[in-house]
Amino acid sequence: MAIDKNRIRNFCIIAHIDHGKSTLADRLLEKTNSVALRDMTDQLLDDMDLEKERGITIKAHAVTLNYKANDGEEYLLNLIDTPGHVDFNYEVSRSLAACEGAVLIVDATQGVEAQTLANTYLALDHDLEIVPVINKIDLPSADPERVSKEVEDVIGLDCSEAARISAKTGENVEEVLEQIVKFIPAPKADDSLPCRALIFDSVYDSYKGVIVYVRVKEGKIKPGDTMRLMATGAEFTVVETGYMRARMPEPRSELTAGEVGYITASIKTVGDARVGDTVTTAGRPASEPLPGYRKVNPMVFCGIYPADGADYENLREALEKLQLNDASLSFEPETSGALGFGFRCGFLGLLHLEIIQERLEREYDLDLVTTVPSVVYKINLTDGTQIEIDNPTHYPDPANIASCEEPFTDAHIYSPAEYVGTIMDLCQERRGVFKNMDYITPDRVDIHYELPLNEIIYDFFDSLKSRTRGYASFDYEISDYRASKLVKLDVLLNGEIIDALSFIIHSDKAYSKARKIAEKLKDNIPRQMFEIPIQIAIGGKIIARETVKAMRKDVLAKCYGGDITRKKKLLEKQKEGKKRMRHFGTVEVPQEAFMAVLKLDDDG
Amino acid sequence: MMTADKKTVGLYVHIPFCRSKCPYCDFYSFFPRPETVDRYIEKICSDIKDSPYRFDTVYIGGGTPSFIGEERIARIVSSADIAENDEITVECNPSDTGNPDKEFDFSVLKSAGVNRISMGLQSAVDSERKALGRRAGKDEVSRALERSVKSGIDNISLDLMLGIPGQTEKSLRESLDFCISSGAKHISAYILKIEDGTFFGKNREKIILPDDDETADLYLAASEALKSAGFAHYEISNFALPGYESRHNLKYWRSEEYLGLGPAAHSFIGGRRFYFERDIEKYITGAGPVDDGEGGGEREYIMLALRLSEGIAFEKYSEKYGKELSGDFKNRCGFYASYGFGILTSGCFSLTEKGFLISNSIISDLVDYL
Repeated sequence: MAIDKNRIRNFCIIAHIDHGKSTLADRLLEKTNSVALRDMTDQLLDDMDLEKERGITIKAHAVTLNYKANDGEEYLLNLIDTPGHVDFNYEVSRSLAACEGAVLIVDATQGVEAQTLANTYLALDHDLEIVPVINKIDLPSADPERVSKEVEDVIGLDCSEAARISAKTGENVEEVLEQIVKFIPAPKADDSLPCRALIFDSVYDSYKGVIVYVRVKEGKIKPGDTMRLMATGAEFTVVETGYMRARMPEPRSELTAGEVGYITASIKTVGDARVGDTVTTAGRPASEPLPGYRKVNPMVFCGIYPADGADYENLREALEKLQLNDASLSFEPETSGALGFGFRCGFLGLLHLEIIQERLEREYDLDLVTTVPSVVYKINLTDGTQIEIDNPTHYPDPANIASCEEPFTDAHIYSPAEYVGTIMDLCQERRGVFKNMDYITPDRVDIHYELPLNEIIYDFFDSLKSRTRGYASFDYEISDYRASKLVKLDVLLNGEIIDALSFIIHSDKAYSKARKIAEKLKDNIPRQMFEIPIQIAIGGKIIARETVKAMRKDVLAKCYGGDITRKKKLLEKQKEGKKRMRHFGTVEVPQEAFMAVLKLDDDG
Repeated sequence: MMTADKKTVGLYVHIPFCRSKCPYCDFYSFFPRPETVDRYIEKICSDIKDSPYRFDTVYIGGGTPSFIGEERIARIVSSADIAENDEITVECNPSDTGNPDKEFDFSVLKSAGVNRISMGLQSAVDSERKALGRRAGKDEVSRALERSVKSGIDNISLDLMLGIPGQTEKSLRESLDFCISSGAKHISAYILKIEDGTFFGKNREKIILPDDDETADLYLAASEALKSAGFAHYEISNFALPGYESRHNLKYWRSEEYLGLGPAAHSFIGGRRFYFERDIEKYITGAGPVDDGEGGGEREYIMLALRLSEGIAFEKYSEKYGKELSGDFKNRCGFYASYGFGILTSGCFSLTEKGFLISNSIISDLVDYL
């Protein structure tokens, strides 16, 4: 059955985090009867537990809705949800490229935030028609008038017709559907051209293999066709094509230009069908792929080790399974003197790292120890060669280093004007280079800094939030590499270097950081039978030291009458506790100590 | 009665009754209805009579044994087939036995064969006793001791608690002086441990205890004072004048056999450990004991023996288990000895007081070298 392409609307919803994107998506599903009310669980599109808890969409999702508009016509609405965090900016851009329009949600109590702007600019870059919506009008502190004006002033979008809604209560949500139909253009589509379909997401399914989510730009594709992935050249026979529906997929005999849907073709890993790649047919291949594909490179690295060495193979399997669904996760085996066998893993950013770590622990029930995250440094050696280092263990002998370079970011912080001082203090502490500051409105500013990536990956966002009582928002992208004075800090416990705690840092910050690390370790390493000296060193030079005093007493329980078993269990429990610790000679270090060093903050 | 081939073991009888619950106590006890007490004593006495053992040590503990009165205690003791050269201990609460308005007749116990009294002093400082929920004061304790000695039971043990809220070395000194001058032959000095499920456990954050360093100092001070008064520090928490060690408790630490009767009482007989559930009705209506697995293994032996100042006698170990302690084990002992946590001789390893204080860490490490 041919679809009237004039009645297709492909759109996404963009918003700053917590402005109500998932709630509106749910409401749209409900209003188009895509799900029965009784099947509604909150935030249907976010199907990972983690996403629900963090309120962040990690993966893109898509769904096809049927909507009978006020003009009496039936429309096919393809909603493509976008990830909501800077770590996933590339995925966002591919989702946007699959659409003709975007619904921009702005919170009526908070107004324009960092990702409101960042996502709007991205959408404008893709020539999308933007439909502004003011959300959360049910809240007592809502000021839709002021926020509309702010959107007009800051972004230059006409808000005179912007729907004012409450996604939570469902108020005025129909108006959004009408505006999508009215303002977002139908796709320009030509079925007669060779097939070019943009992959905006791919998900691994254990029965069907990879489910490839595509927007067909030109031509058509159907089961039986040989599909070709233009970046890799890999070919597969198409098994099924169809629409993503809220409850279950709806197989279709073909997907044609302008449509959004899925393809399955017994593809084994998402790495074979990467986001941004172009699908064509081998029978009649397109000459050029769609623009914009790039292979995303991990920016942040850390070592992940099983707390119990026996779990090494389980960890490998878990990482392999996660990688099936996450082409931007990289890992390779590494060994550490302190932690044994584990993996060096690469991530898009710190959030990505935390998500993977949590999923490994929760979904695969693994106890992990992670090392301090690192960025990729470029080291120019005295022999004229350059090496790239993402692991402090590989830091060369300082005598062989001519110069070092570290990655910098272009960062924007949006905040109420009253916090400008404290934000600038924070950025200065983090070696930021001030670029400029714009007043978006008389009381809101956009502060533009260049910040070293390694200053952001630890805890920058947490510090920013706490210093601005949660009001500031933050967005960054990698810009370039710059010369930098770097040193490697080593931590010694009882005279032994703990390689997993080493890290690379700017020399100006080495002393204060060393002191903080020593204090943190002292607070987090329990007293043991012997005194433990903690030393922090650059090369052979000790620059900070602390001591964990010897333990004087442990629990001296009585023998509980003749209940020997209870006493035995107490000792076994003590042993269990020790199992969770890392042993370095006679020193036992709990995982919390590693975490404490990792999370080292300004006040720490 | 056929007695010739009876096995001789220890007997523990649990009296799960108390007038009120002390905030630190997690033993099984409650305030009973009068008929429950009678039904319970009936059952205990018949179980003792029916048991196929003869007893050379009897320990009636609780709860509060003195709560049920002299006559009932005497009945329990009289039910048992007692071996010669026996030790029969009854735990007594000073508020029952030292009450100025009510006589407690220790001679009834004496006639039944009781020859040792264990009295819960905890502290001689009344404000500290109050913080521990103890109703009687120091005077009641003195009065109870006097009455006991007068009736001919002078083998008295006092319970002392270390590391209680507000305790200092000075206030501890007061308690120690009381113990030493009381004529007690045996002192149990336990460090207070906050257990889950007790009142203290539920109010952990409100209770300010001396920290680990202070508690360690209190422990060493107690040991020092008692030793200079002639007491031997023969077990982690126990001190005795020569010849007055608790023979019943030594059975626990020397992996010897004992039968425990009553809810929550534990037994070790024939290589098995077992216990009765914490439910008096189940016990009275005849529910059998619950198996608690094998006992008396090497690891358990090491754990228990290191609580005693006599420590592990290597020859005794090899006799018992038919194999020598490994060289690795003895090396590890040597390691601890070199840091002053233990004493290693050619035939034996024992912990010092410094070692007792961190015995959990040492024992759980050492047993891995077996």
